[in-house]
Amino acid sequence: MSANSPSTAISQIGPRQGRRRRPAKRGQWAGWGFVGPFMVVFTFALIVPIGYAIYLSLFRQQLIGGNVFVGLTNYKAALSDAQFWAAVRRMLLFLAVQVPVMTVLALLVALALDSARLRWAPLYRLSIFLPYAVPAVVAAFMWGFIYGTQFGLVARLRSVFGGHFPDPLSSNWVLASIGNVVTWEYVGYNMLILYSALQAVPRELYEAAEIDGASQFSIIRWIKLPALRIAFVVSLIFSVIGSLQLFNEPDILHYLAPDTIPMNFTPNMYAYNLSFAGQEYNYSAAIAIVMGILTMIIAAAVQWYGRRRAA
Amino acid sequence: MSARKRHSVILNILMTVMLVYALLPLFWLLVNSTKTESALFSTFGLWFGGKFALFSNIHQVFTYDNGIFARWFGNTLLYVVAGAGGATLLATLAGYGMAKFDFPGKRAVFAVVLGAIAVPGTAIAVPTFLLFSNLHLTNTPWAVILPSMVSPLGFYLIWVYASEAVPTEILEAARIDGAGELRTFLVISSRLLAPGMVTVVLFTVVATWNNYFLPLIMLSTPNWYPLTVGLNDWNMQAATAGGQTVYNLVITGSLLTVIPIMAAFLYLQRYWRSGLAAGSVKQ
Repeated sequence: MSANSPSTAISQIGPRQGRRRRPAKRGQWAGWGFVGPFMVVFTFALIVPIGYAIYLSLFRQQLIGGNVFVGLTNYKAALSDAQFWAAVRRMLLFLAVQVPVMTVLALLVALALDSARLRWAPLYRLSIFLPYAVPAVVAAFMWGFIYGTQFGLVARLRSVFGGHFPDPLSSNWVLASIGNVVTWEYVGYNMLILYSALQAVPRELYEAAEIDGASQFSIIRWIKLPALRIAFVVSLIFSVIGSLQLFNEPDILHYLAPDTIPMNFTPNMYAYNLSFAGQEYNYSAAIAIVMGILTMIIAAAVQWYGRRRAA
Repeated sequence: MSARKRHSVILNILMTVMLVYALLPLFWLLVNSTKTESALFSTFGLWFGGKFALFSNIHQVFTYDNGIFARWFGNTLLYVVAGAGGATLLATLAGYGMAKFDFPGKRAVFAVVLGAIAVPGTAIAVPTFLLFSNLHLTNTPWAVILPSMVSPLGFYLIWVYASEAVPTEILEAARIDGAGELRTFLVISSRLLAPGMVTVVLFTVVATWNNYFLPLIMLSTPNWYPLTVGLNDWNMQAATAGGQTVYNLVITGSLLTVIPIMAAFLYLQRYWRSGLAAGSVKQ
């Protein structure tokens, strides 16, 4: 893999390209004409809110005295907030199980699609990718109704198997059940990222390996997997960020299982409910920023690990 | 044909299991949108049962609550056209600018955009709400459209795509011929960028059609809801005291929400594959 291919690492692309080619230009500022409109909306919709969140997190709304600067008090409270950390621990557990399961599944499907041993490869590819287009809200409805003990499929299975079939929305199983919804939604998306990377491998490489007597297994181990590394890290980072931000699926399933999916089930749900049910905007902003920093650290660790392995 | 090209029965069976997993909930949705509310509870979930009520369900979806579903449908269309359309346009211009121009502050732009991608979008949703609220933008379409118009992923994809798909020599030739930068972009570059743009359209259309969290926070009047938030409103009716359960409408409404986005998705995905392969993950 060439070190200066655009995909080597997201963070390397800009400066490298700037150095590699120096396009002839008329007027130094012409580029801003193209980048400017994006940056205006970007600043308004992302940069300013981030700044505002930091500002909010340093204040407290008081009955007497109004908005008071409190420094890092909200952060201290967040660090010792048992409800918040319970949500964080739950999400870390979720992440540690769901992301590997989904990624390995996506990898196996991508390898199978690339193997040229399937009869209806395009049918499989499209069908498995299709759930990505389904809104998370509808995905949560469908699976929620299937899980439900009232008119769900599971209700039917339970009446056949008696009490031996677990209730997917009970406290022991609810995290796995949400993991299943998320896996269903995104396994095809991750499969496609990996599959596209596999398709970019020159076919001659496989032929050469076969002439040298390599087995299919060694071709996968020594050609395909190394070629996938960058795409793998990219898909892993998206999945990690996605699971730490989990909101839609548990928020909707909450109405089916209010006891096992409490309002602080995920950090994001906790921050949302602090704001919109509790009006604790300042504290909620601090929680959001702590969560943002945590996410950045974990995502950076994944990327660092991926690049170190690649080096 | 060499031996390795032979179809593997085991592999086909395993992939069929995956296919069934992927399609089963959608099949469930289709089957159950043909049932009356009482048949939902009394018949087997994975097969048709009771009276065939699909058309009466669809009729009810569009007439319930003074026909607000059609309004939600229109809102979703508005958010998709303005949000995803705007996002694609801005990302294409910016990605092209990054790929083909050197300008003061280019590295700062890169660093800021990359840094902001790493910040979880939902983490800043509440501050964005408060900010928009101060500007009297909440509970207006702008509150949903403006944040949807930013697609850092689209920006990145077009950047990578443009640096490969638009030869600098062509731009230089156009400049020598005296064409302005905007004209060069409109006449030459935008055509070369088209496959990359379709990829971004697909991403952003799916994201805005399916958006739930942002409109949930920003909107309080059902008249501005998109389909996702509206459907969950119907779903929640069952949980509120004295609320009328309308599960048949939730299910049929979901089906009607899913069909257009799936059709668009299936139509656009072939471009996505080539765009993605040529872009982010090419070796």
